[in-house]
Amino acid sequence: MISPAAPSVFCAWPGVVVVSDGPIVFTRDGARRGAVAMLPLLPGVVAFGLLYGFLAIQAGLSVLQVGLFSAFVFAGASQFLALELWQEPLPVITLLVGVVVLNLRHVLMGAAIMPWLRPLGGWRAHASLYFMTDESWGMAMAEQQRGGRDAAFMAGAGVTLWVFWVTSSLAGTMAGDVRAVVERFGLAFLTTAFFVVLLAGFWRGRADLLPWGVSAGIAVLAKALLPGTWYIVLGAMAGSLVAALLKRGIHA
Amino acid sequence: MLEIGVILLLAVATYATRIGGYRLAQRLQPSPFVEAFMTAMPGTIFAALVAPMVLAAGPAGWVSAGVGFVAMRRLGNFFLALALAMAAYLTLVLTMGA
Repeated sequence: MISPAAPSVFCAWPGVVVVSDGPIVFTRDGARRGAVAMLPLLPGVVAFGLLYGFLAIQAGLSVLQVGLFSAFVFAGASQFLALELWQEPLPVITLLVGVVVLNLRHVLMGAAIMPWLRPLGGWRAHASLYFMTDESWGMAMAEQQRGGRDAAFMAGAGVTLWVFWVTSSLAGTMAGDVRAVVERFGLAFLTTAFFVVLLAGFWRGRADLLPWGVSAGIAVLAKALLPGTWYIVLGAMAGSLVAALLKRGIHA
Repeated sequence: MLEIGVILLLAVATYATRIGGYRLAQRLQPSPFVEAFMTAMPGTIFAALVAPMVLAAGPAGWVSAGVGFVAMRRLGNFFLALALAMAAYLTLVLTMGA
């Protein structure tokens, strides 16, 4: 599956931020590299898609509704949450608040990737954001920090996840319970491992230690106390504040 | 019908969170302080995302996450580091049942 000619993604990560110039582009090749970068994640995506479809049918959703959820909401955690709340009469406000709180992290992620997408303008940026997930965003940020100038990377990664998420959740409506398989192959840990390795790629040296530590600490604390993804928002803001203060201290 | 309407409403809400931060950041004229804040954000978002995940993964997860992190730092190869972390995890789970 991995073509040898393919991606810079699997080559060495530079120890410093590569400052590259030249315009941001949006090409088919960039999209393809984004898609390839998602390959190691697909077993996990498919397993959770199957599980989602299975549980959704148990919760009383129709196949059409499963398809609409996966295609248009396209947010795993939110969709699982919605299943928990899916009953007659539908608690619309609770659903809405729950989904927004769970996706607050995407507000920060969108802000973080803004400089990359902005030069594309209009529909390309907005279409790319439709396909922004934790995974596609993460890989795209890594690509950007390596000096990547092809912003189609995130769209390529996101569309790949979208295709596999939609089809596997539809397949799941006809499948059995896959929880045993998820357990057996450690697929739940695959996502965790993916993000740990990505995080390691972002390490720029000791100056990161305090901001990251604060972010992690606040996140763990907030997760125990607050709903949704407030923990990511608060942790990241606290950590970034520390980083900005440290930097000002250095230059002052 | 109502249900489909609710699904589409949730879709709009999710998309709003996806474009919200982008639109907001686009309008900001960042001061050096805000810029330093924004520059640090990818790493701190990752740290906040990862820490509770790892914590919840149990002893086998803690060790394997360490393996993945160190492998990435030392070898610099994303694929290989991910494979090593997964291999460590599965080995630990199979041998210790942790």
